[in-house]
Amino acid sequence: MEQFIEWISQPWPWWVAGPIIGLTVPALLILGNKTFGISSSLRHICAACVPAGIPFFTYNWRKEMWNLVFVLGVLIGGFLATTFLANPDTIVVAEATQHDLAALGITDYSSLMPAEIFTWENLFTGKGLLFFIIGGFLVGFGTRYAGGCTSGHAIMGISSLQWPSVVATIFFMVGGFLMTHVFLGPLMSLVGF
Amino acid sequence: MKVADKNKNVAPVECEAPNLQDKKSENLLKYLVIGIVFGIVFVKAEIISWFRIQEMFRLQSFFMYGVIGSAVMVGIISVQLIKRFNIKSISGETIIIPKKEFRKGQIIGGLIFGLGWALTGACPGPLFAQIGSGFTVVTVTLLSAIVGTWVYGKFADKLPN
Repeated sequence: MEQFIEWISQPWPWWVAGPIIGLTVPALLILGNKTFGISSSLRHICAACVPAGIPFFTYNWRKEMWNLVFVLGVLIGGFLATTFLANPDTIVVAEATQHDLAALGITDYSSLMPAEIFTWENLFTGKGLLFFIIGGFLVGFGTRYAGGCTSGHAIMGISSLQWPSVVATIFFMVGGFLMTHVFLGPLMSLVGF
Repeated sequence: MKVADKNKNVAPVECEAPNLQDKKSENLLKYLVIGIVFGIVFVKAEIISWFRIQEMFRLQSFFMYGVIGSAVMVGIISVQLIKRFNIKSISGETIIIPKKEFRKGQIIGGLIFGLGWALTGACPGPLFAQIGSGFTVVTVTLLSAIVGTWVYGKFADKLPN
């Protein structure tokens, strides 16, 4: 039992996590004829709360309830894993990345997210504006404009061999590389790092 | 005769009503379970970590490429098997995967999402798992993402597509 707890507390390798994520595709198809996608949940929340007579949000979101239940499950799963299966050690990050991030002012590896950024104290500062408000807006606006996110396009779309999803995934990566290598440094020094 | 006819009509309805409801709640429960498994994997493999996303975009670790690559491989094989053997869903329906049409949005929107992905360290799925694992400030990011989705919806017909 002790050995099991020790084993399950370890971070899981990519070759365990990737295939389980991949299996979500046939699981949703076979169990409910549903296509995997998470960003649609954001659209359903809009449709349920503030449709405001916008055609894009006037549809029967109750039919898509499964998607909202699914993301609630993701939230609960995050809670369970952190509460009962947490890794007691600090997160192991590639040395080169640590070196690059130190130059930006990020040195705290005590939890999965950098404590220098993701705290409530930063909410009403430039850091909060950049990482939570602008970051979140870009994620929400971008996924909907692209018609899906990493789950809907990169996993589900490519799994079903749809080339528009390959295009979307390529541009997800291009955007990420651009932010990381071109904009992140200047933006971070702008907000006080 | 009349009574029998009446019963004929009523009986199945009586039987179906509770079944339908059972089916409905069971249906939703299974999505909750799949979601929970998904959330656990996100945290246990540290996919929700801002650091992992930085490693990926700096090409300094294979980890996230391994995750996405193996997920896609398993997905492709599964979908091919479903198609080849004409596997039905458990309720007996033919499995339908909607076709995605190419639009300019996949380029412009994709680029915008990528910028946000590197900032927040999360795509929509990990956002929910981050909140669950105690980074409660991410609810602000999620709210902002919902606003972003709404703004897209509001101006959808005015954007190039």
